[in-house]
Amino acid sequence: MTAALSAEEIISQLNDKFPGAVEEAGADSVLVKSDSLLAAAEYLKTAKGLKFDYLNYITAVDYYQYFEVVYMLTSLENNHSITLKVRCYTRDNPTVPSIRGLWQGADFQEREVYDLMGITFEGHPNLKRIFLWDGFPGHPLRKDWNQ
Amino acid sequence: MEINSDKESIYSSAELDCDEGLIIEEVKASSRKSIPDPDAWLDEDLKRNIILTSVDWVINWARRSSLWTAVCYPACCGMEWMASLSPRFDLSRFGMEIMRASPRQADLMITAGTLTWKMAPNVRRIYNQMPEPKWVIAMGACGISGGIFRSSYNVVPGYNKIIPVDVYVPGCPPRPEALIYGIQMLQKKINKEKVLPDLSELPNPLQKGKKE
Repeated sequence: MTAALSAEEIISQLNDKFPGAVEEAGADSVLVKSDSLLAAAEYLKTAKGLKFDYLNYITAVDYYQYFEVVYMLTSLENNHSITLKVRCYTRDNPTVPSIRGLWQGADFQEREVYDLMGITFEGHPNLKRIFLWDGFPGHPLRKDWNQ
Repeated sequence: MEINSDKESIYSSAELDCDEGLIIEEVKASSRKSIPDPDAWLDEDLKRNIILTSVDWVINWARRSSLWTAVCYPACCGMEWMASLSPRFDLSRFGMEIMRASPRQADLMITAGTLTWKMAPNVRRIYNQMPEPKWVIAMGACGISGGIFRSSYNVVPGYNKIIPVDVYVPGCPPRPEALIYGIQMLQKKINKEKVLPDLSELPNPLQKGKKE
């Protein structure tokens, strides 16, 4: 069974490496600032003892005040996992850096989040709708979307 | 019960056996007259080589007994459809156990499952590729009306929005028995078809297109 790492340890490491990157320290998740996501994710993937080399999934939540993008990371080598989160506080054009360069599996998942939640992933090589078609009105998983 | 002394060696002395033996003897005796052959007036060559029937009957028989299905199983009804192919329900009793990967060789489409609008053009394309004559069975609640996903933004509310449907099989999912019954209904429908159209229903050129 994969052990879920406690967030405290990772947050202290991230604070040492990237001061100010951690926005909020959760009990079992790490919320980082959007502009330092790429650096933090790369550190989590490559740092010795962490080695989160596998991305389980990307999903997004609409909390009305902000969107939250959730990354579930697992290390196949060390058999532990952590949840990484990013928030964007604008509804008009929410933007998050793409982590497709780090984990290739993020490609379709970021397209799915873009399709259904309308979050733009900056740096994604092929960001277009995946489940719906071009010209579909709006993004249907947003809470304020109406048919 | 009396038994002839010369038959005593054949029958056992038990009464039931005697009864049975006598009944069989009676049936044998009454079955001497053969049923007259209706084709007795035909020559020997003709008798062996000609079947007299109507064209409609033969064509409908061939069509209804070899319904080959195109592959169109977008969702969970496909599992029930596979079950009806399996030995327990054994759909091959009705001459349609062959599934065709190519729609060009199929004449029946069983639409087993929820259809999204993203998938809808492909399903219609498969349908268009099937040669005439062709039939469609809408299987399950989603195939009929969209089912519980009817009000979703990306679900086709019923296959009959995009292709014509002949038989509707309700259920979520339908039992294999229900599907087999639906196929039998379709076979009955095929049996009523005619090769030539009814001439009285065609427009009459003598009456300048008036249909009367």
